[in-house]
Amino acid sequence: MSILINKNSRVMTQGITGKTGMFHTKTGKEYANGKNCYVAGVTPKKGGQSYEGIPIFNSVREAKDATGANVSVIYVPPPFAAAAIEEAVDAQLELVICITEGIPVRDMVRLKYKMEQNKSKTLLIGPNCPGVITPEEIKIGIMPGHIHKKGPIGVVSRSGTLTYEAVGQLMEIGLGQSSCVGIGGDPVNGLKHIDVMKMFNDDPQTEAVIMVGEIGGSNEEECARWIKANMKKPVVGFIAGVTAPPGKRMGHAGAIISGGKGTAEEKLSVMEECGIKTTKNPAEMGKLLKSVLK
Amino acid sequence: MKIHEYQAKELLRKYGVPTPRGIPCFSVDEAVSAAANLGGSVWVVKAQIHAGGRGKGGGVKVAKSPAEVKTYASSILGMQLKTHQTGPEGQKVRRLLIEEGADIKKELYVGMVIDRGTQRVVLMASSEGGMDIEEVAEHTPEKIHKVAIDPVKGLSDADADEVARKIGVPAASIPQARALLQALYKAFDENDASLAEINPLILTGDGKVIALDAKIDFDGNALFRHPDLVALRDLDEEDPAEVEASKHDLNYIQLDGNIGCLVNGAGLAMASMDIIKLYGGSPANFLDVGGSATAEKVTEAFKIMLRNPELRAILVNIFGGIMKCDVIAQGVVAAAREVSLSVPLVVRLEGTNVDLGKKILAESGLPIISGNNMADAAQKVVAAAKGKN
Repeated sequence: MSILINKNSRVMTQGITGKTGMFHTKTGKEYANGKNCYVAGVTPKKGGQSYEGIPIFNSVREAKDATGANVSVIYVPPPFAAAAIEEAVDAQLELVICITEGIPVRDMVRLKYKMEQNKSKTLLIGPNCPGVITPEEIKIGIMPGHIHKKGPIGVVSRSGTLTYEAVGQLMEIGLGQSSCVGIGGDPVNGLKHIDVMKMFNDDPQTEAVIMVGEIGGSNEEECARWIKANMKKPVVGFIAGVTAPPGKRMGHAGAIISGGKGTAEEKLSVMEECGIKTTKNPAEMGKLLKSVLK
Repeated sequence: MKIHEYQAKELLRKYGVPTPRGIPCFSVDEAVSAAANLGGSVWVVKAQIHAGGRGKGGGVKVAKSPAEVKTYASSILGMQLKTHQTGPEGQKVRRLLIEEGADIKKELYVGMVIDRGTQRVVLMASSEGGMDIEEVAEHTPEKIHKVAIDPVKGLSDADADEVARKIGVPAASIPQARALLQALYKAFDENDASLAEINPLILTGDGKVIALDAKIDFDGNALFRHPDLVALRDLDEEDPAEVEASKHDLNYIQLDGNIGCLVNGAGLAMASMDIIKLYGGSPANFLDVGGSATAEKVTEAFKIMLRNPELRAILVNIFGGIMKCDVIAQGVVAAAREVSLSVPLVVRLEGTNVDLGKKILAESGLPIISGNNMADAAQKVVAAAKGKN
């Protein structure tokens, strides 16, 4: 088992004819069951063409109808990315993973509102995220597949390379992963830590979870409170940005301490109060996880 | 992106938000003639810098004669204005706003932000105007009233009226307050703002509702559709190193330590700063080179870090995913040669093609210190910065 995606997922790439879309569709196709999983691409006006043997369609709806794709990954440039997500939501895909960084917040506010009003069942991951990988089954996104292996640890994070760092540390001590989910660094986005944590809690393969957060917002605190009341598995955590100055955006649009809120200290203390073991040393995430395994 | 108060007021006036009449000035002479043009007997001389807390820092003065306008304009223009937001060195004042005086009966607060909890724009308002809203939120949260705004319908009459009432706007002035709040939201929405604040919003003796101050920040991701707003950017208000970095598409933030950091990815970049601190060092900057760093980009990043006279060592921390370690290693070697590196350099590489990358560094003949993992690299760079290598 795993969460969100597995070898039976059928994926379309929106923006498949762009440089990024092409590159990551190819690496995704080459990873594990990718050859069976990547079934369609979408670029308006390029329907009928193909890339790496993957047929290209003009719209998400056409791609879904023709191939049965249930997941979309989006590499469309920022000015058009929210509309691309909306198209995938309208076509009622099960899961949409938006990698694109730099989408205007206003576009995301409107999109989330529409999803809420229409009671959409589509799950959204991102934007501004590395994607999701279920090791040895399927990779959807920009993470390096080869650093992962199948195993019992779930990873959820707002950051890309810091997720790879956590995975690298797990691998050093011989621990594989059930699924690794990058939820992205934007302030208005799809699934939050808490949503992914619930899935890991219900996933029989996952035995423990590493939760990586960063300054800004209060998603980590909300997740921590949920964990205290509901989680059946051990969780360890790290929050990046103890040294970040207030009022400055640290790379990610959502990584900002504003009005004295969203500090790493505050998050770490709530997490500790909720029984989550945390470390202030990003080099010890793997070690800490190992210490809580039964 | 931030803009000045006078620019924010000009924008808000276009949407029908009432403000005092005012004229931006770049010299003392301009300030004196601005006061004459405005007429009246009381003027406010306001320093225009992006940081808040200008009044407390001595950057806002009430003048009761043209001579006082001249005196205050002379003392404020060119001063290093220090506020809680500028840092200890302060910010040089290069622009003034000369405004007509206002008859302040009551000071209120209204603001709008993107709220992560509701994932919408939220209107925040308080009867405690003129104060630091963060302190109000901390000590008397019951005095802050919030409404999440429907992104399709906008701010409704009922919501606007209710908020206005709650913060103490008298019944006769409610229609004015409603119009102002709705105009503020329209300005926020149409210009892709990320924050808009009117602090204080005032009630005058004759019952008028006026924006006495204004602050608007814009979403940097949306500036591509607002060339008119981009023209309002004032590079004098930004850190020169950060401006230079932005030209090369590098995410750089100047800090006050002495260990430069060059990292791929924002989360790992923050974590690298954190681990330096944890081992007793102090980061000189945040720097995310992104997912597609070329040798040229790495070279520019080194140049920007090396401009900092405090710099004592550099840590390069790369977890190569898409970015291959051998490419980064070539970039680091080329950059170190080009800038004739004057401080110790510790490099930690992990991920795709790591062995090839390490080989390139080792064979470069450069005195590069290799870090085996994140902790090892951090300890080595902290020691190097203290001259212990």
